[in-house]
Amino acid sequence: MRSDRSASAPLGLKIAAAAGLLFLHVPLLLIFVYAFTTEEKSYQWPPPGLTVKWLAVTWARPDVWQALTLSVQVAAISTAIALLLGTLCAAAISGTRFFGREVISLLVILPIALPGIITGIALRSAFSLAEIPFSFWTIVLGHATFCVVVVYNNAVARFRRTSGSLVEASMDLGANGFQTFRYVILPNIGTALLAGGMLAFALSFDEVIVTTFTAGQQQTLPIWMLEELVRPRQRPVTNVVAMVVVLVTLLPILAAYYLTRDGDQVAGAGK
Amino acid sequence: MTPAVSFQKVSRHFGAVRAVDAVDLEIRPGEFFAMLGPSGSGKTTCLRLIAGFEQPTAGHIEIFGESADGVPPYRRNVNTVFQDYALFPHLNVIDNVAYGLMVKGVGKAERRRAAEEALKLVQLPGYGARRPGQLSGGQRQRVALARALVNKPKVLLLDEPLGALDLKLRENMQEELKSLQKALGITFVFVTHDQGEALSMADRVAVFNDGRIMQIGTPEEIYQRPASRFVADFVGSSNVLPPDFVLRYSGQRRWGSLRPEAIRIQRAAVGDGVPATIVSTSYLGATTRVALDAGGQRLNAIVPAGSPLPEAGEAVVLTFNREHLHVMEGEA
Repeated sequence: MRSDRSASAPLGLKIAAAAGLLFLHVPLLLIFVYAFTTEEKSYQWPPPGLTVKWLAVTWARPDVWQALTLSVQVAAISTAIALLLGTLCAAAISGTRFFGREVISLLVILPIALPGIITGIALRSAFSLAEIPFSFWTIVLGHATFCVVVVYNNAVARFRRTSGSLVEASMDLGANGFQTFRYVILPNIGTALLAGGMLAFALSFDEVIVTTFTAGQQQTLPIWMLEELVRPRQRPVTNVVAMVVVLVTLLPILAAYYLTRDGDQVAGAGK
Repeated sequence: MTPAVSFQKVSRHFGAVRAVDAVDLEIRPGEFFAMLGPSGSGKTTCLRLIAGFEQPTAGHIEIFGESADGVPPYRRNVNTVFQDYALFPHLNVIDNVAYGLMVKGVGKAERRRAAEEALKLVQLPGYGARRPGQLSGGQRQRVALARALVNKPKVLLLDEPLGALDLKLRENMQEELKSLQKALGITFVFVTHDQGEALSMADRVAVFNDGRIMQIGTPEEIYQRPASRFVADFVGSSNVLPPDFVLRYSGQRRWGSLRPEAIRIQRAAVGDGVPATIVSTSYLGATTRVALDAGGQRLNAIVPAGSPLPEAGEAVVLTFNREHLHVMEGEA
């Protein structure tokens, strides 16, 4: 039968799939290799020699640490805001029926569908119009716009699967609103929130476009890397940082995937 | 005696929809009360009004003499068995059953003991460690029952609890629910659209239609003496007879009803009775249903299987005991 799961795919398809995967991932490996090259002024292939000294150099650079700290702080706070707003929004959308419900649902998702550059320009003009100086908090706000979507999408999918009568059953058995949230709602949406939060963190951590428009003098890690590329000084340091970024963002995305693989969409994972 | 539940002119409107419309109702303590009606007739909304998930738009509800106005579900001594059971998927069976005691702050050992006892009551001892997902539909239903009963409610509300079960299981559960109710003495309020279920289980039945109660009575009263055409038609497919037909046999010009099993069929072209022709026959196992045409009036008769049956199209004479012809007082 054609639908037999054990049936092997034709050779051509296998080769095409392998080529596609290589095309996606070989450049990543190149970055890793350049982190260990002895040539510091240009990217030369093959590397003239291999060294691990750039790890130590990177470790000793205060600007790397500054950028990393800022990125972690921004990602953490944006994620926290997103968890709060995204969950509340998902609860409202899935828990009740009201006029304009679909419109609001669409408006919440829109920031992630819009190109980042539009979000960036819009926020920048809004901030200057309101005479808000660019700061750490404007970056956080910018990131929160798309982090909310990720959390919202994950939470709303789970709410949809969580039958509304569970809440009623809990109330019926004597639990007040807080107890119902603590003992029924939270355990049921917990993994979805964790997954959404991790994705939001990863998205915020490597965001460039919105950040360029909403940052003042601050440099988040991706912005720092962009600046570093045009400077011909200790180039492999950038590669070491890139390697760390890949690992730091990959792990939460993998975790999110495993937490929600039983049917939920990890929405927005592709941004 | 204080009624277990009393409704005084209770309405629940959703916008222009009158889900429940000025309903008066008294449910007696310790009785098995069924709310019967087609979907959208307001019976489930009435149940939700007792549970506290809905608040009346107008009118007044009392539960054992205490006003239920504005009292949230978690402060009512009433528990519900939900149609979809609504077991908590993240908790195992024992924690599901003990949930009500847990949120009331009962100690762990005490609530485990009470939950085990409740599981024994519904004949699921030793199932505590399982997850709801590992149970069959019938078992889930029993867990839902145990979870409600462990709180010792004054009134137990059951929202079409047997709807999702297959026929055999449903018949078993009907008997079990009934004996459980007798043993515990708790007032059961049972919502169903299945008239057989309502008649066989309940002490009294309220028949709902369009947000109103059409008739309240014992199953015999509802079945033998329906107050209106709707009740006659909904409860057991009675023959509803127009006033002209009834006038000939009862002397009253009113709508009437005649149970299909009250009609006897004689194979004769003429005779003392109602002349009719056979339209069709359907074999039902223990009985056979015969569709008849009596001068334009469609009638259904139920006869014991095995009695010799005329062919479709044949002329027959129908007889019935005039006492069985029920004149409906509720119809103009």
